Amino acid sequence: MIPAVTCENVSRLYHQGDAVVRALDDLSVRIEQGEFISLSGPSGSGKSTLLNAIGGLDRPTSGRITVAGQRIDQLSKNQLADTRLHNIGFVFQAFNLIPVLSALENVEFVMQVQGVSVTERRKKAMAILQEVGLQGLEDRRPGQLSGGQQQRVAVARAIVSRPALILADEPTANLDSTSMAQLMDLFVELNRHHNITFVIATHDPRVMAYARRRIHMQDGKIVSDELQ
Amino acid sequence: MSKAGTVQKQNLQVLFTLAWRYLWRNYRRTIIMLLAFMVGIWAMLFMIAIMRGMVDDMVESRVQSFVGHVQIHHSDYLDDPSIVNRIPEPDAALRDYLQQHDLQWADRLRVPAVISSEYESRSVVLMGINPQQELQVSQIPQGIIEGHFLQNADDNGIVIGKRLAQRLDTEVGKRVVLMSQNPDNDLADQGFRVVGIYSAEMPSLEEQFVFIGMETAQNLLGVSDSVSEIEIHGSDYRNVDWIYQAVAALEPERDVTPWYQLDPYLGSILTIMDGFVFVWIVVMFLALSFGLVNTLVMAVYERVREIGLIMALGMRPSAILIQVLMETLLLLVLGLALGNLLMLGTVILLPEGIDISRWAQGMEMAGMPSRLSFAMSWQDLLLANSIVIILGLLAGLLPAWRASRYDPVEALNKT
Repeated sequence: MIPAVTCENVSRLYHQGDAVVRALDDLSVRIEQGEFISLSGPSGSGKSTLLNAIGGLDRPTSGRITVAGQRIDQLSKNQLADTRLHNIGFVFQAFNLIPVLSALENVEFVMQVQGVSVTERRKKAMAILQEVGLQGLEDRRPGQLSGGQQQRVAVARAIVSRPALILADEPTANLDSTSMAQLMDLFVELNRHHNITFVIATHDPRVMAYARRRIHMQDGKIVSDELQ
Repeated sequence: MSKAGTVQKQNLQVLFTLAWRYLWRNYRRTIIMLLAFMVGIWAMLFMIAIMRGMVDDMVESRVQSFVGHVQIHHSDYLDDPSIVNRIPEPDAALRDYLQQHDLQWADRLRVPAVISSEYESRSVVLMGINPQQELQVSQIPQGIIEGHFLQNADDNGIVIGKRLAQRLDTEVGKRVVLMSQNPDNDLADQGFRVVGIYSAEMPSLEEQFVFIGMETAQNLLGVSDSVSEIEIHGSDYRNVDWIYQAVAALEPERDVTPWYQLDPYLGSILTIMDGFVFVWIVVMFLALSFGLVNTLVMAVYERVREIGLIMALGMRPSAILIQVLMETLLLLVLGLALGNLLMLGTVILLPEGIDISRWAQGMEMAGMPSRLSFAMSWQDLLLANSIVIILGLLAGLLPAWRASRYDPVEALNKT
């Protein structure tokens, strides 16, 4: 079976003045399809950098990254955009939604860019909004939704076109406990029912508790990788 | 439609939706920008319409002052406008052609002369005319302010201009003497009673031209059945080449000349105006473009994170560029629509143009009218709108290009 993600000897260096910062330091990891992984570590440990590299938002300085069997570290900007469009869903900590679009339009956005017909994308978007518990709020703009509701819309948008992989960067950081629990329950359910691979970067031990595999990072390296 | 075609169409739809919504996100800024655009476009069109109207009035006024759209002369007449260089009255073929094409015409005997009253003498241009023809092509018959115009070709009276009457200290009912040379270079003179005094839009005409009947003039000069010029009028001074070419073919022995060659200064004004219109549009747009670029730069700058998000979701950089250009285009089209509508309203509210007679004495001396009328052609409108859109999109390229070059990670982390 093709792994969802493989990273082989991936390094990402940043230059800050004369100093060189190793955000990722010769990191290797293999993530199988359907895994539910938490990525933890202190600030500056490289969690977000790893997510960005896997998601094709950033290119590694060296090493190989494959997503769904396709090597992405050497793709052009347009090819990376296409890879993100078709294979990867993102959920960020904040500023997840396009503020000028309604909840329904936000969920439809990726499908529209993919070229899915109006009828089909409307049907799928309505169904997924119902699945994440947002029926009746389809026409609201992000500013008219609570933080938890916004994150649910972002999740709905991330999963609606059935990507192989969802990358979530601190998705619960701005949520209260109840909203956090609801969102994580939703992630788990989607992981189980749709076999979507989740990689969630977090500081929060309560979020880590949901993960079956917990990867801990420090100084751009994986220092522990445990199955629960 | 192919899959690629569907994707492209849907991409354009989503880009249009984003462009339209982002345009109205900060609606106050957009409205202010649109108002600035509206006034700028209006000023651009207003100035063009006024300048075109002024040139139109100048040319119309000039062509109705014994120039016409096309003239036929003896081949030496323009170099030596004397009675020696005359031509026969129009023949049947020419008359038929002019009638078939609904072209107005008038033939005239036109020679230099001296007019004398009991007090003063002045050099003038003597015009022997057929009054009925003149009614069709000239404004002089409508400009009679005292007495009456000539009744027929053998009328024994004379019509002179208001200023000339003042200079000669004469009036309707008094006699004046005209002197000129006949083809044998002998003096030809005759006394005439002033039957009418005319006023002209261009005051210089009032001192320059005096009118007597055609047959009377021919008898005075001893040149029966001969004329100096045949003047032809079409419907539009801009469209005279077809008349000129057709008449030249019918009169190969004669000198056939369009108005813009008879009055090259006036002809060159039209060409200069075209250049002026282009430069004016560009200059006005450059002033507007600062506001446009500023609005777009701000609009892009305040949504850097959202651009990063859209990129992260899989939108290509080229699509971001198109989206900002669409926003530019929408702003331009709305601004142009408002500016054009305001100009239309101005034309409707001021159908007669603007009266500047209080300040226009100097302009009248230069042959310009005392009323500024508007003349707006579709070509000018199309040119102005096209230039604004093309230059506007070029101005929008910079912020659009910058938006498309954002790094998604940096954009998402922008604070």
